[in-house]
Amino acid sequence: MRLRTLTAAVLLQGVAAAPAQAAGAAERAALLDGYAAAAKAADAAFAGFSAARGETFYRTEWAGGEPRTPSCAACHTADPRQPGRNAKTGRPIEPVAVSVTPSRFTDPDEVEKQFRRDCEAVLGRACTAQEKGDYITFLAGQ
Amino acid sequence: MRVIPAFLVAAVVLAAGPALADSDEWVPPVTDALTRAECGDCHMAFQPAFLPARSWDRLMDGLSDHFGDDASLPAEKVAAIRAYLTANAGDVRPEGAARGYMRRVAPDGVPLRITENPAFLREHDFRPAVWQRPDVVTKSNCLACHRQADRGLYEDD
Repeated sequence: MRLRTLTAAVLLQGVAAAPAQAAGAAERAALLDGYAAAAKAADAAFAGFSAARGETFYRTEWAGGEPRTPSCAACHTADPRQPGRNAKTGRPIEPVAVSVTPSRFTDPDEVEKQFRRDCEAVLGRACTAQEKGDYITFLAGQ
Repeated sequence: MRVIPAFLVAAVVLAAGPALADSDEWVPPVTDALTRAECGDCHMAFQPAFLPARSWDRLMDGLSDHFGDDASLPAEKVAAIRAYLTANAGDVRPEGAARGYMRRVAPDGVPLRITENPAFLREHDFRPAVWQRPDVVTKSNCLACHRQADRGLYEDD
């Protein structure tokens, strides 16, 4: 009896997992739509996000931020599928690649909070909507 | 193997409760989910027992410049986290290691760094090579050596 209940619970979890992933993708798409609208408003010539631009952004060593965090890769490592480490606190960071951490870029408040903090630390300024969209597009394909 | 069910942890902590409360290798763990999540975004959520309530107030007042970083949060989250930290601060709830730490805080002192408390320094008098280990990064990275630090357990390494 107990085993059967457990089996049912496991099966239910399995069934629930598939829509949850799809929901993650939908939330990410909605987030990108918002950034696309903002990018278009900032520049009428905006023609969509680019994973290639996002990768360049990820790897660029900016000069305006803090010495410990010259680039996104400084904490998230050269391979975004690997776990990272906060360069200031030493705290481990779950991989930013969506293939490894499917919950990435699904909660708009969390995403904006992290961009606000990290863009200041790495670039020394806020990121543009286009930069945010390119970055997410790159990592959604990783 | 490394994931221990919460009820087992609870059972162990309850069983060891009286001993832990007297131990200087234990402080009450952070049980508030919001505090764990928001502080834990960037570092282990430090147990409120290590600082007096007035220090947590000062820290929560200054999140936009939190040791050089912008850690600001929406006002309602700040209020909820502040309420938890101050209600469980070392001077309010002097259990375990909190007693030793609070004894070394001046009556009007408002320390902001746990790592500057003499009780911390006495236990962490290491040669520089230890602090320079790549996985340590900073003195506030408790988990680098105390593997159960986020449960309030600071066994000697």
